[in-house]
Amino acid sequence: MEKTPFVELRDVSLTYGRGAESLTAVDQLTMSMGQSEFVAVVGPSGCGKSTLMKLVTGLLLPTSGTILVGGKQVTRPVESVGMAFQNSTLMPWRTTLANIMLPFEIVHPHKRRLRANRKEYTARAQQLLAAVGLGRFADRFPWQLSGGMQQRANLCRALIHEPRLLMLDEPFGALDAFTREELWGVMQGLWLTKQFTAILVTHDLREAVYLSDLVYVMSQRPGRIIYTSEVDLPRPRSLQTTFEPRFIEIVHALRERISHEHSL
Amino acid sequence: MIEKRRLRLIMPWAVTVGLFVIWEVACWLFAVPPFILPRPSVIFQALIQFREQIAQHSLHTLFTTVIGFALAVIGGLLIGLAIGASQLVYVGLYPVLIGFNSIPKVALVPIIVIWFGIGTIPAVITAFSVAFFPIAVNVATGLATIEPEMRDVLRSLGANRWEILTKVGIPRSMPYLFASLKIAITLAFIGSVISETVASNRGIGYLMLSASSRFEVPLVFAGLVVVGAMGIGMYVICVLFEQRMTRWAFRGNELVT
Repeated sequence: MEKTPFVELRDVSLTYGRGAESLTAVDQLTMSMGQSEFVAVVGPSGCGKSTLMKLVTGLLLPTSGTILVGGKQVTRPVESVGMAFQNSTLMPWRTTLANIMLPFEIVHPHKRRLRANRKEYTARAQQLLAAVGLGRFADRFPWQLSGGMQQRANLCRALIHEPRLLMLDEPFGALDAFTREELWGVMQGLWLTKQFTAILVTHDLREAVYLSDLVYVMSQRPGRIIYTSEVDLPRPRSLQTTFEPRFIEIVHALRERISHEHSL
Repeated sequence: MIEKRRLRLIMPWAVTVGLFVIWEVACWLFAVPPFILPRPSVIFQALIQFREQIAQHSLHTLFTTVIGFALAVIGGLLIGLAIGASQLVYVGLYPVLIGFNSIPKVALVPIIVIWFGIGTIPAVITAFSVAFFPIAVNVATGLATIEPEMRDVLRSLGANRWEILTKVGIPRSMPYLFASLKIAITLAFIGSVISETVASNRGIGYLMLSASSRFEVPLVFAGLVVVGAMGIGMYVICVLFEQRMTRWAFRGNELVT
C-alpha cells in the first residue's frame, strides 16, 4: 500500500540564537508521513522532539530546509491542527463541554456558523465526550476531573474540529501506568474511526509501538533521525498485543538503538 | 466543624471589640486627656452626636472614592492589558508607571487644585491615581503568566492575537484583577481622604481637619472610625464579587461533589 506523503520534512534544521550561544535543536531532519498514518517520534529528553512539533505545526519556522503539510510549504501556523500536551491546558474557567467547544469558536468555518447552529455543535461535542467515556461529565469543570479524565477531554478538544493533523506531545506522560495504557486504547479507537494523521512525541517505547505505524528514533541534541522502525502489527491492538513476541521484539530493537546512542 | 465555623464568624468582631476595650481601659488607667487620645466610648458618643454631619460628609467621601475607584478599574485594566499583551508597551511604559507611582499623591493635590479648583474632582482624581497602579500591575502579571502551551494550542487552531487575549488572556487575568481590587479600594479611600484634607470643603477628610482645628478630637477620631468602617465594607463587597466571578480560582476551598 503506497501512501502519498502528507507531512514531509526535507533537511530541516533549527538553530536557536546566534553566534557562540547558538543552540542547534534539530539537525537535517528528513521524514515523511502518509495521510492517516500514525507516527511516533521517540528519543532521549532534550533531543528536540518538542521543537519538531512546533516546526510541523508552523509555530516555529526552520532555519533551513523545507516542511510541507498537505503539499503546501509551512510558512505560518498550519490551519486545522489539533494539539495535546502533557499538561492538559484545559481552561479552568470553562466547563468540560465549553472547553471542547473552544476550537469551534476559532476555526473556520465553524466560527461563523457557531452562533446560529449552537445546538448542532453542542451535540457533536457531547457525542465525542461520550465516545471517550466522559458523557456524564460535560458540565463539570476540568479541575473536578481526574488526571486521566482531563487528558480524555484534552484529546476531545484536539479532535473536535476534525483536524487533518493531530500533534501529541507526551499526552499521557503525567498519568499512572494503568490510566496510560487505558488511554492508548481510547486514542487508538479515535484514530481508527476518524482517520487523521497523527504525530506522537513520547519517550515511552511501548506506547510508541502500541499506537503507531512508524517509529522514528531521534538522537541526542542536535536531534537527528537515527533509526526508523515500521510497526507491522495488525489493528486494532490491545494490551494483549503488548505481550506478543513481535511487539516485544520491536520494542527491544528500539531500546537497543537508543541505549547505543546514549553510550556514545 | 460547626463550632469552628461559628468561631470564624465571631473572631473579627471579638478582636475589634477587644481592641476597643483595651484602648478604653488604657486611657482610663493612664488618665489620658481626651484631646490627646479620646476613649472609644467618647468617640462613639461623638459619632452619635454628630451623626448627621458625619453621614453627609462620609457619603460624599464614599461617592468620590467609588467614582475614583471605578475609573481606576477601567484605567488599570486597560493599561494592564496593554503592558501585559505587548512587550514593547511594557518596556516603554513600565518605568513611567513606576515613576508616577513613587510620587506621593499628596504632592499632586495642589496641582490638581490649580487645574480643577477644590472639591470633588481633585478627590476623584487622587483616588484614581493611587488605586490604578496595583490593578494595572496585577492584570499585566495575569497576562504575562499564561502557560505557553495554552498559547500554542490557540495559535495552532489559527487564533489571532485578539482571540488569544479574549479567550485566554482576559479570563486568565480575572483572579489577578479581583485580588487587586481589594487592595485598590482601600487605597482609593486613602487618596480621596488625603485630597479632602488638603483641598475641599466637603467629605470626611475635610470634617476631620476642621474638627481638629477646633480641637474637637473625639470627632476627628469618629471620622477615622467611619473611614475604616467604609474601607472594610467596600473590601467585603470586593471579596464577594471576587468569589462570585472567579469561582474556579478558589477551587481549593470547595468541596467537590
